[in-house]
Amino acid sequence: MTQDTLLQDLLKRFDYATERSSADHPAINVPADKYVETCRVLRDELHFDLLTDSTGIDWGQEASPRFSVVAQLFSTRDKLYLRIVTECEGDEEPVAPSLAGLYGIANWMERETYDMLGIRFSGHPDMRRILMWDSYPYHPLRKEFPLAGIEVELPAADVAQATGAKVIPAPMAGGPFFSPQCGEMSDREPRAADQSWNEKKEKPSES
Amino acid sequence: MPTQIKELSVGDAVRRASDYQDDLQGETMSLNMGPSHPATHGVLRLRLELDGDYILSCDPVIGYLHRGDEKIAENMTYNQFVPYTDRLDYLAPLANNVCYAMAVEKLAGLKMPPRCETIRLICCELARLSSHLLGVGVYGMDCGAMTVFLYTYTQREKLYTLFEELTGARFTTSYTRIGGLARDIPAGWLGRVNDFLNQLGPAIDEVDNLLTRNKIFLDRTKDIAPISKEDAVSFGFTGPNLRASGVDVDLRRDCPYLGYENYDFEVPIGSVGDCYDRYLVRLEEMRQSLSIVRQAIDKMPDGPWYAEEAKKIFKPAKDKVLTSMEELIQNFMIVTEGPQIPAGEVYFEAENPKGVLGFFVHSKGGGVPYRLRIRGASFCSLSILPKLLPGMMMSDIPVVLGSFDFVMGECDR
Repeated sequence: MTQDTLLQDLLKRFDYATERSSADHPAINVPADKYVETCRVLRDELHFDLLTDSTGIDWGQEASPRFSVVAQLFSTRDKLYLRIVTECEGDEEPVAPSLAGLYGIANWMERETYDMLGIRFSGHPDMRRILMWDSYPYHPLRKEFPLAGIEVELPAADVAQATGAKVIPAPMAGGPFFSPQCGEMSDREPRAADQSWNEKKEKPSES
Repeated sequence: MPTQIKELSVGDAVRRASDYQDDLQGETMSLNMGPSHPATHGVLRLRLELDGDYILSCDPVIGYLHRGDEKIAENMTYNQFVPYTDRLDYLAPLANNVCYAMAVEKLAGLKMPPRCETIRLICCELARLSSHLLGVGVYGMDCGAMTVFLYTYTQREKLYTLFEELTGARFTTSYTRIGGLARDIPAGWLGRVNDFLNQLGPAIDEVDNLLTRNKIFLDRTKDIAPISKEDAVSFGFTGPNLRASGVDVDLRRDCPYLGYENYDFEVPIGSVGDCYDRYLVRLEEMRQSLSIVRQAIDKMPDGPWYAEEAKKIFKPAKDKVLTSMEELIQNFMIVTEGPQIPAGEVYFEAENPKGVLGFFVHSKGGGVPYRLRIRGASFCSLSILPKLLPGMMMSDIPVVLGSFDFVMGECDR
């Protein structure tokens, strides 16, 4: 099997799969209910035994279905890559099937996807946050989440009570961040900018 | 009363742990190791459940170094993100720079001129040397062999001097740009790299003499934490850790990039997959890297060191910007809007010192990625700990962690 024939083979074998545009490796879209089954066949019969990456994409608040799960498989025997993508059910509380039963690494990768994007994986043995702390209320990689962050309670309640400190947004006014959608820094990151002065309003004088 | 010695057979670690649960003598102890602990190489925290010296369960807590790199990438142009890649695997920043640039270039369909590829290849291999020197050095230190660390660090210091000359920075190099490099190599640099390599070979032999047949080192690493082929593949191991388990995969040879197919090198493979094998593989990889850099120096081609045809991606030379209208506009557009990358989706991974580093880029056109995902090898290496550690001794933890050679900057991103 080579890179060129792989895609045709897959489309023939999985009649529910559709081709996905890709700038490099073969890529297929599969429906969510066939996702695990497809990966099992890919692992057991076609030797795609290494799940090299699994992540999600947020297509924006207006899109429906809003979230996709993307997995990159690698075959240690044939040295081929394959991208397999499925759409999540639900736009606010997205759910996708878990690959944790097939690949050991899927456990942590899906925990990260849940942490960052809020996609829950059905059948996952341990659906906890992994990078952020357990009581963190947001999913930072969603498109509506501001780059600077949102003020939240400290993870340690006793410290928060004693010090009154909170996790505050990053001060980013004048930062290097660029966004093609909108113009000035204060428009791009209104929650981050120091509102007392910006490009439109003069900085108040010291005296 | 004679001391009772309990024989331990090397078998399934989880089953051994449950055997131990049956003849517990007293209470178990919860121990919190890290996030600031010298053996955890950064800010890894392990929540351990111990019965005496034996580990019953382990729950790694990561994320103390999470900086939100993927979110940041969505809010800046492709070139602005290069410095952030330095801080992923911060022991081999040059290799990260190259991998990131190649991922984006692959999406743009750019082919780099041979000189650029060769310079990048030398960067990658020097970064591998630098990372492995540190990895082997601190691994020795984790096992109680302090001297090795001092030997390897002396060599790394010399490498950093070379990096400084090449990039202007010792640590955070930010050397690549989308479509090329920040600058060409300085005059005489290759000669100095060659001088460095000439004295590195004996230094590696010295490390070899100090560690490979050292009785204490062998006792502490041999047959400790063997990882089977199946487990290594299932837990997404890559790079030296995967090869130590006997899986013959090296992306430099199997999916060649940067012209690796034109170089002679061997891929060391382990047979047992224990901590000792992981050390041996790294040691041999250093020798192979050394030979690759020598070959690259010999065949360094002349010619351009950036993609000249990519007018909308790589900034024109400064003297042209100041004298020609068209180049001035080009320069302005690339700085303000970012390099123009076509819409599409790409996943590229490169064989970095710690394992493969992968970038998944989804672009909707323009100068900013819509989604950029970073796949770090250290994240995968650590994910096996809850399965691997139960049944082992507490004092094996520094050895196991040292043998994985992970870095938290890449794990937490």
